Amino acid sequence: MSKKVDEAPTKMDEASSMTQNTGDSTVNKEQIPANPETSVPQDVSPELLQFFYKQMVFIREFDRRLLRLQRAGRLGTYAPVEGQEACQVGSAQAMREGDFLVPTYRDSGAMMLRGFPVSSVLLYWNGRLEGLQIPAGVSVFPLAIPIASQLPHAAGIAWAAKLQHKDQVTLAMFGDGATSEGDFHEAMNFAGVFQLPMVFFCENNQYAISLPVSRQTATETLAEKAAAYGFSGQRVDGGDVLAVYRAVRDAIAKAAMGQGPTLIEALTYRYGAHTTSDDPTKYRTEEELASWRQQDPVVSFGSRLRQWGLWGDAQEQQWQAQVQEKLIQAVAVMEGSPPARPTDLFEHVYAQLPPRLRAQKAALEKEVAQARGGVQ
Amino acid sequence: MSQLTLVQAVQDALRCALDADNRVILLGEDVGRNGGVFRATEGLQERFGADRVVDTPLSESGILGASVGLAANGMRPVPEIQFLGFIYPGFQQVVAHIARMRWRSQGHYGLPMVVRAPFGGRIRAPELHSESTEAYFIHTPGLTVVAPSNPYDAKGLLLASIEFPDPVIFLEPMRIYRAFRTEVPEAYYTVPLGKAELVKVGEDVTVVTWGTLVRETLEVVHQLERDKGWSIELLDLRTLSPWDEEAVFNSVHKTGRVVVVQEATLQLGLAAEIAARVGEECLLDLEAPVTRVASWDVPPPLFQLEDWHAPTAQRIVNGIERVMIY
Ligand SMILES: Cc1ncc(C[n+]2csc(CCOP(=O)(O)OP(=O)(O)O)c2C)c(N)n1
Ligand SMILES: [Mg+2]
Repeated sequence: MSKKVDEAPTKMDEASSMTQNTGDSTVNKEQIPANPETSVPQDVSPELLQFFYKQMVFIREFDRRLLRLQRAGRLGTYAPVEGQEACQVGSAQAMREGDFLVPTYRDSGAMMLRGFPVSSVLLYWNGRLEGLQIPAGVSVFPLAIPIASQLPHAAGIAWAAKLQHKDQVTLAMFGDGATSEGDFHEAMNFAGVFQLPMVFFCENNQYAISLPVSRQTATETLAEKAAAYGFSGQRVDGGDVLAVYRAVRDAIAKAAMGQGPTLIEALTYRYGAHTTSDDPTKYRTEEELASWRQQDPVVSFGSRLRQWGLWGDAQEQQWQAQVQEKLIQAVAVMEGSPPARPTDLFEHVYAQLPPRLRAQKAALEKEVAQARGGVQ
Repeated sequence: MSQLTLVQAVQDALRCALDADNRVILLGEDVGRNGGVFRATEGLQERFGADRVVDTPLSESGILGASVGLAANGMRPVPEIQFLGFIYPGFQQVVAHIARMRWRSQGHYGLPMVVRAPFGGRIRAPELHSESTEAYFIHTPGLTVVAPSNPYDAKGLLLASIEFPDPVIFLEPMRIYRAFRTEVPEAYYTVPLGKAELVKVGEDVTVVTWGTLVRETLEVVHQLERDKGWSIELLDLRTLSPWDEEAVFNSVHKTGRVVVVQEATLQLGLAAEIAARVGEECLLDLEAPVTRVASWDVPPPLFQLEDWHAPTAQRIVNGIERVMIY
């Protein structure tokens, strides 16, 4: 059996570019040496390894920039990603061209890797309807706010692929808390019954706002819940981008071969608050946070790359500069957007605006003119 | 007496209820250790213990469905839904069971329970954190729906709701959770359900509203009285179902004009029901068509446009002018 090496995208500097991989699994999990891998992995190209790191750095810097913008009053409530970069990069990067991503509010990193524009993510958190627009050719669902509600959609998307014989696998993202909602169980059951080509990717960041996983479920793991629906579940170190990548890559390959769904539970931690309106000191300790920070996904993978001779100071500097440049451009798009037009409220509610809404739109136009003209 | 915000008044009411009746338990997402995402239950778990102020799994159907059983079997649950827009996973429990259990058991199982949920928009929150969907519950026979507009009423109405033998949907206007303070007695007291409050007496036109919009509408009313010399009566419904028909009809008999202001979208909101009832009962008093001021019939947008979705001061002015100059 010839060894396939997963390659990095050709357009390395684009956050939106994605890797091609043929999907057939080459690495048997038992053969994966325990971390830290002392030698350069053979199943993943050096460029792709570098790409993982670069994207994690990008997401981290992106996230920090958004937090600063939020504090400066430029964004509304924001749900930060820091700490979960390896989950987002490892999973999204394992997807093949044409695969479908169904994300939550915390998955901006994965969305951008699948082609959702950086500036659109900014516009979304900036409260602009433009931030909901999905570019042509991007198979990403709108990020779901109601917990677990996206999971049955993902099952339907995967089902449609199966019915139409599309070579497409759907990756659904969700948190640990989501496993308590009925929608999670219903989607898992559909996936099992209809043998759907999909991957349930759970970012278990240990908390659902203030509630630890131990209060969410009486099972020891979330992965084991898959057994109840007739397919396999596995746990993976969500701080190790390579481990996440391999697990998702293999699950996608399995789904693409018609062997049904997989549940992957990635163990991770959010370093920041649940959202910018949350105060995590109410429910978790500094020590706990510090212990997770010791295994920082970005820092640890960076040092592995250096160990393998694939990364150095010059590259780091160069990439940091490129990241900052990209962020500056995206912020410029947001700040440069013309003010939102009130009548945009009426756009895209229906394919064609019914007469009643046309009248309401006209009334709003008049109201805006009155208010702006100071007429009373 | 102390000066409390609306959210503090809610918290104070919950404290009084937990103190007064050991059948009362609070349950919901993040209500215990975290004290609620709006801090409405802050300090209560420390004070009353984790069996009475309970952090549940993330499951609205579980929270509301279990509350049915708790209430049927001797407890007085006060479940919290973190935002009204997240009640949907538990909607079946509300409309198919909570609303009907007394009827379905022909009086055997009443459900003394209060579902608390912050509602309304304009706090720059993400999607589905801004819902004014009180009409779903008002439309459902068997439910009582309450929405306070100030700290004093919030405490008294919540305690009255917890005492009430039937399920109450208690909607807390999150935009004004911390907007202002009023005097709130420390002691236990109730404000009667089903009674509107006459916020301001007037002769020429009746304006009816509730929740967040009471204060904003009062400002518009004051401004119009100054600018136009009209005399405007303002009613705060406080209980949305059953709403105080008597108070509204009496006012309309006097003024002959009525404007209903709601943050919900226009079609089939409570304002539509009020307009229909006024048409049925007060036709000969009316000098102008009953007028509704509401959000447009489109989803609440992301936050940059939310102030143009909900009734603006200008829209309220236009509504009142329409009936005054008819
Ligand atoms: C149906 C529903 N209920 C409640 C909420 C409020 N809420 C937002 S995030 C959250 C916790 C989610 O935890 P988890 O699934 O672990 O995802 P995480 O935020 O940790 O990524 C809650 C309760 C919601 N968004 N949707
Ligand atoms: Mg979580």
